[in-house]
Amino acid sequence: METISILPPELIRMVIAVIIIISFLFLNAIMMGYAERKIAGHVQRRPGPMEVGSHGILQMIVDGVKLVGKELLIPFNVDRTLFRVAPLLSFTPVILPLLVIPFSEKLQARDLNLGLIFIVTMGSVNVMALLVGGWGSNNKYSMFGAMRAVAQSIAYEIPILLSLLAVVLMCNTFSLKEIVAAQQNIWFVFLQPVAFLIYVVAGLAETNRNPFDLPEAESELTAGFHTEYSGMGFSLFFIGEYTNMFIVASVATVLFLGGWHGPHLPYGEYLGVVWFFLKVYLLLFLMIMVRWTYPRVRFDQLLNFAWKYLVPFSLVNLLITAVLVKL
Amino acid sequence: MGEENKSSSIRPDLDAYAAYLKSESCRPVVEQGREYGEGPLLRIKLVDTIMKLCQANSLWPMTFGIACCAIEMMGTGMARFDISRYGSEVFRPSPRQSDLMIVAGTVNKKLAPVLLTLYEQMPSPKWVIALGNCAISGGPFKVKENYNIIEGADKLIPVDVYVPGCPPRPEGLIEGILKVQEKITGIRHPIPQNRHPKSPLKKIKGLRVK
Ligand code: SF4
Repeated sequence: METISILPPELIRMVIAVIIIISFLFLNAIMMGYAERKIAGHVQRRPGPMEVGSHGILQMIVDGVKLVGKELLIPFNVDRTLFRVAPLLSFTPVILPLLVIPFSEKLQARDLNLGLIFIVTMGSVNVMALLVGGWGSNNKYSMFGAMRAVAQSIAYEIPILLSLLAVVLMCNTFSLKEIVAAQQNIWFVFLQPVAFLIYVVAGLAETNRNPFDLPEAESELTAGFHTEYSGMGFSLFFIGEYTNMFIVASVATVLFLGGWHGPHLPYGEYLGVVWFFLKVYLLLFLMIMVRWTYPRVRFDQLLNFAWKYLVPFSLVNLLITAVLVKL
Repeated sequence: MGEENKSSSIRPDLDAYAAYLKSESCRPVVEQGREYGEGPLLRIKLVDTIMKLCQANSLWPMTFGIACCAIEMMGTGMARFDISRYGSEVFRPSPRQSDLMIVAGTVNKKLAPVLLTLYEQMPSPKWVIALGNCAISGGPFKVKENYNIIEGADKLIPVDVYVPGCPPRPEGLIEGILKVQEKITGIRHPIPQNRHPKSPLKKIKGLRVK
């Protein structure tokens, strides 16, 4: 393994990459929030945000500024440290996975040879944030939300890992760049359709999106784990959630949809990023459509679905893949 | 609107609390030309203006339907009327994340502490709309025999805008929200709004429509 260099040229490159990624996070949250509200509107046959800016494009910026200006309430009975740490814990770890995702052949902050494992690990830290926030709030609704988040995440982490492993078995590497390079001729979604489906469903659950948004079920749990958060605390959770969606979609793109591959473009090694983002945002569009079309599942249904169907199916899929690869 | 409530007491245990909430010192809204409390160290006019514009255009209401008026409030969020055009369709279930309390229905003595708690739990700046006759003055329930009605939400919490009707039409609620926007910023359409299709009546010649 290469030694991680901390000398100036590499250091400067990393600093620039981190800055770009952080600004991208906010941009992504703004775009996704706007898209979500607009698509929700059109699904329900109403225009959605319309008056703030042309067709409401400034709406999310206005909301963001307003949230900054809201009073930051810390309720009387909470655990102060945990209560303050939780939003940061949900927001910070989502930056790291973006460092190893190959946006195009040359646009990648760092190509770890254990990139996939790194991403999955960082994805689990988010659940910690929900647990800490729910526990620290000292509120029954938050507590229920946090507990649900943990149970759900444990259940769905397994099918995610198993379905990703099937791909890893096929190309024999954890490095995301090499996985994409292996899809030069055929995307893995055609070779591993079952794994792809399992990953997308489990990914929806992993990011707490409807129909699996039980940790923040509005009809039962007020606002779930972030019931007590106001202003920026709430919006950090919210940015974290959208970034997690982006990460899940981009992992799906990297592993199954051929990453930066697409019809030839000039300067392909950089402009491959266009295809990458196209695929990612198509997946995100799908996630939003699912959210506004389907009702929420019950909690026992959620767990049954994971343990009774997703896990066995992904195990069998993994087994078949292993046998076929060995042959 | 029924007769005057003889005893001005709402509920013995809540009286002092409600009085405190309505007193000036507790009033979080920075009204025009008048500011309460110490305020920020440095006050820049431009920043204030921008802040107010943003607050006016993203009023997130709380999911808090009390009685029949709540049905009209839901109707306002749905297709035909759609308050999301003004950016206030984000009905937050938790008071901690909402800016606007729409008191949509009858407030009785049993609900009074709940209303006060919810209002207290909202982080400032916050605004209140009293929707419907019940929330304004007790409405049809204010009769001699009725012992538990509170004649208007403004007996408990400071109300910014009153929307009359039993129930008011969704257009009324939208107008109420526009009035809150006007109250925050001081001008009617803070961000150039109203690109609505022109009234079809305009096409008829000789008819004067504004
Ligand atoms: S004002 Fe009329 S419609 Fe509204 S809550 Fe009272 S009785 Fe119901």
